[in-house]
Amino acid sequence: MDKSDNNRRSFIKKAGLAGLLTGSTWVASDAFQSNQIEKSGKTVQLLSQDGELVEVDEAFLKPIPDIHISPEEAREGIEGRKFVMVIDLAQCKNLRKCHDACEKMHYLSPEKEWLKVLKMQDNELAEPYWQPTMCFHCDQPPCVKVCPVDATFKRSDGIVLIDNERCIGCRFCMVACPYSARTFDWSEPQIPLEIAEMPYSPETSCPPKKGTVSKCDFCPDKTRKGELPPCVTACPNGVFYFGDENEDAVSNGSVTVKLSTLLADRAGYRYMEDLGTKPRVYYLPPVNRAFPFEDDEYTRTQNEGHDH
Amino acid sequence: MITNEHIPQNVNTIINDLEPRAFGRIGKLWVAVLVGFSLIGLFFYIQQVRQGLGITAMRDYSTWGIYVSNFVFFVAISLVGSLISAILKLSKAKWADPLTRIAEMIAVAAIIFAAIVIIIDMGRPDRFYNVIIHARIQSPITWDVIVITTYLFISLLLLYLPLIPDLAILRKRPERLSKWQNNLYGWLSMNWKDLPVQKNILNKSISILAVIIIPVAFGIHTVTSWLFATTFRPGWDSTNFGPYFVSGAFMVGAATVIAAMYVFRKAYKLENYIHLKHFDYMGRLLVLLSLIYLYFNINEYFIPAYKMKTSEVEHLKELFIGRHAQLFWAVQILGMIVPIVVLIFKRGRRPLPLLVISIMVIVGAWFKRFLIVVPSLAHPLIPTNRVDPTWLNYFPTIPEWFITIGTLCGALLIITMLVRVFPIIPISETIEEMNARQNKKL
Repeated sequence: MDKSDNNRRSFIKKAGLAGLLTGSTWVASDAFQSNQIEKSGKTVQLLSQDGELVEVDEAFLKPIPDIHISPEEAREGIEGRKFVMVIDLAQCKNLRKCHDACEKMHYLSPEKEWLKVLKMQDNELAEPYWQPTMCFHCDQPPCVKVCPVDATFKRSDGIVLIDNERCIGCRFCMVACPYSARTFDWSEPQIPLEIAEMPYSPETSCPPKKGTVSKCDFCPDKTRKGELPPCVTACPNGVFYFGDENEDAVSNGSVTVKLSTLLADRAGYRYMEDLGTKPRVYYLPPVNRAFPFEDDEYTRTQNEGHDH
Repeated sequence: MITNEHIPQNVNTIINDLEPRAFGRIGKLWVAVLVGFSLIGLFFYIQQVRQGLGITAMRDYSTWGIYVSNFVFFVAISLVGSLISAILKLSKAKWADPLTRIAEMIAVAAIIFAAIVIIIDMGRPDRFYNVIIHARIQSPITWDVIVITTYLFISLLLLYLPLIPDLAILRKRPERLSKWQNNLYGWLSMNWKDLPVQKNILNKSISILAVIIIPVAFGIHTVTSWLFATTFRPGWDSTNFGPYFVSGAFMVGAATVIAAMYVFRKAYKLENYIHLKHFDYMGRLLVLLSLIYLYFNINEYFIPAYKMKTSEVEHLKELFIGRHAQLFWAVQILGMIVPIVVLIFKRGRRPLPLLVISIMVIVGAWFKRFLIVVPSLAHPLIPTNRVDPTWLNYFPTIPEWFITIGTLCGALLIITMLVRVFPIIPISETIEEMNARQNKKL
């Protein structure tokens, strides 16, 4: 990455993404208007509305409170955003930290894999590689098209969500999704009581409900707070980049880069482009790999010959 | 054709022969068995509502199972109503008139159970009303709800309207009716006086419904095929699916009518009304429909097999030489090829061989729908190297089997009850035909 990326990197680390993802606007204006707050002496750099870096005392930064987004509110996207993800296949060595973080974040039982790390092999001569795969939040989502009750929907910020209080459990969306991204609660979900009693929000996908469909939700509850989805931050190899297409910026937690440059320079592509689903998740090809491919016990023993 | 069949010459004989009769010993036993299996099915369904669809063998990859294939089967069967009472009627095939009521009774029972079965498949049947209050017109499921409801109502009307004069006739002899029958017939026959103006309205209504039901019938099964064809799945991603489904439906529907008319003819001694000619003609019809279905099968399997596209290879191999090969070839040969060969010969179209062939067609058709729905889902478009193998080897559980058997018995129970309450052969039409014949002779 070039110099400018490195500059941005330091700012991102300090501001914990608050500036990038949730509207630096309110943080900055609040800071300038307030006189009562005691300054801490430590300053952080933030990106202003005009795209300039400004220095603000840490005391002015307020944690964004957890707000409950109702199923009705969840149908509107976060204004001005177009969320996007880039997955660098050259960096993935199947550590599955992303999978574990996702499972923990959403209280998923082991059979509900919203994030799968698939073993891919494009042809017999090509070296296999690991591909983290989740809901691609397609711009032409086949799942949304077939839903008879509008229980799964596409938002203005690009995210495809499910309202499990409306879902009738017909599973047509699961059949329609070519990426098998969706899971179903076949029986009563086994979750801690305090989770089961949480008020339901499609943005957290919690609590899950028997007889309904669920899937990766791109963690809009996290992005509202200016945080990255846990799969992104859990990855020690920086495989996942998450960000906003409108800002043309994505971050893997340590590096923030220009989305358009990244995709252009590294020949970013989308899985099964020919289906016309227009995924919002891009892949960087597994070339110049950081690690040699190592098969794991699980895939060695399972379904030999089913790779394609 | 050598027959010992008589053509009834007297109005009273006709009414005596065709009036609904109480069940005999075998009839009662039959009803008991059907009620028993329906209740067992209901018992397991209650378990399913309590515990969730987890009691089935369906899992995230094999996300549709025999409930969906059974649904497709019921929708297929129901098409016979439009075949006999609309297509044959409009093409002035008078010979089929005595079969119209049998066909409509089967159609009504099948379409009611198609609706029930699809609700059984829902993860949240308690939210069924969402399909209406949150209906989205983009979804093929919404189209299916609309056409199936329409088809149910037209079928009910096509069953009911021709019954009106019959019920009025039966009501003229109250001494032969029990009290509930008298009341029911009186209420349903709506003061029918057999006046020319009434007949005119009735015949016009039936003709209009017969025309309307044809596109709706094509609609229900085409839309049902689109539940599959609108996806990217191997084996389903086909532009041939609509006609393939519709042709298969007419074939199994015709076979169902043949089986029903054989049973009713024997059980109610209707040899004078359902003649060998009817078996012969229905046999010919079944050959024709089977040949059309064969044609669509060739299109459906040969063309993808010729191309062997990566996404289709595993699926086709599994059908032709793999896990499902035995069932696949049994269904294709016993449920389609053998019927065509046997029914080409006149002797094959005599009642007993025709009955056997029809049962083969019906059983084959049920398993054919299994082969259409289930194997495709075992081959998702993504690699399956991390998937629990049991998710890809769907085989129904005991509750699934019993619930499915319960629905099949439930549909038979509806047909049985309709036959108990209403005349199987249209009485007034039979009388009219007799009068027409006698006038001709004079």
